[in-house]
Amino acid sequence: MKPAPFDYVRPGSVEEACRILSEAGGGATVIAGGQTLMPLLNLRMSQPFVLVDINGIAQLKGVTRVEGGTRVGPATRQADALGDKTLARHLPAFITALGHVGHYQTRNRGTIGGSVALGEPAAEMPATAVALGAHIEIASIRGSRMVPADAFYIGPYMTVLEPDELVTGIVYPDWPDGHLVLFREVAQRPGDFALVGLVGALEVEGGVIRRAGIAWFGMGPTPIRARQAEAALTGASLTGIDAPGVARAAVADTAPFDDHHASAEYRRTVGARIFARCLRETLDIRSAA
Amino acid sequence: MSEHRIELTVNGHRHAALVEARTSLGEFLREELGYTGTHLACEHGVCGACTVMVDGVAMRSCLMLAVQANGGAVTTVEGLAEPDGTLHPVQQALKDNFGLQCGFCTPGVAITMAAVTRENEGAGAGQIEKALTAAMSGHICRCTGYQGIRRAIRQLAGATT
Repeated sequence: MKPAPFDYVRPGSVEEACRILSEAGGGATVIAGGQTLMPLLNLRMSQPFVLVDINGIAQLKGVTRVEGGTRVGPATRQADALGDKTLARHLPAFITALGHVGHYQTRNRGTIGGSVALGEPAAEMPATAVALGAHIEIASIRGSRMVPADAFYIGPYMTVLEPDELVTGIVYPDWPDGHLVLFREVAQRPGDFALVGLVGALEVEGGVIRRAGIAWFGMGPTPIRARQAEAALTGASLTGIDAPGVARAAVADTAPFDDHHASAEYRRTVGARIFARCLRETLDIRSAA
Repeated sequence: MSEHRIELTVNGHRHAALVEARTSLGEFLREELGYTGTHLACEHGVCGACTVMVDGVAMRSCLMLAVQANGGAVTTVEGLAEPDGTLHPVQQALKDNFGLQCGFCTPGVAITMAAVTRENEGAGAGQIEKALTAAMSGHICRCTGYQGIRRAIRQLAGATT
């Protein structure tokens, strides 16, 4: 038996889950797929008094089209999202990033909301939410609120989510048909957390970039929006892009750590390289088409 | 510390038990029900040895609580072979190709292979080989017997088309 003792409850509705979270007074932890939480429990890095299992709440599962975007239920399994036609059609960057999350076996159990809500800084899904301009839909007995993804993350595994709050949806705005997907990551093995990675989308019209949404993962305490690169790209003509220059601007927004897998310097160097290469290759594909 | 009464089937056999909330499915299978074919090693989802099927889907039994499997149908490595001892095609392929050395990781590898081959039934050899190879990123063989596993995958891909 590895985890410290806890109570387990399986509410059947969002209202019931919120009531339990409120009554637990900060001692409860939500479990969805558990693919990140269970290791933390087994290592006793997390020791909740109550585990609130949201797998029995049907309204937290599935993908739906909403006004101007796509809403993903937090308890939607990663494997199900990967095969979802709505997501493939409207959010190709999301699907590309999701293919790099964990392994076949963990995607079968892991959820989109679990990854987004936990906020592992080297994970793909939090950065994807930031890059695409998603909003996190949050509920508690006090009411509900929407938080932009780039204001949701405040540190490693730290978000603005209060102890009594539950993520009830992630809403991704529409990007126009034919927008370009940016994605690169360097990891030690497939399925490992990235040492450095980037994800994003570019809206291109008439040879000019109209809109850019790009975020880094593994490059700081949270997913980090590449604001300077977005600004440099927005309005730029495809023929006049200085890819290494934009990449340097993108890296300027990051704050990577040294750890036993890679130094901060390594992450910055590799980050600039993969950013420039990603930009060149993605835009070349476009101009050749 | 809550206890829960659960009912589930394992390899087609019905079981009912009282489990402490914090008991993982893997631990429950081994310690309570005696299905020791499922191996627990890292217990944080990295090694893949504990992989079982729950309702036909391959997942980590160390990253799931026994109470969460309530009402489910679990398949462990003991449930792959026929009752008369005829090996499952994935077991036969692993055996034929020396796809195991010490055998510790093998129960998880075999479960993943069985799930992936079933999901890709009717697909071309290339697709099956690709899916099986990709799914193997979720298993660590510390004997580093990966080439034998790869050969077993190629045999399986060829045999199922």
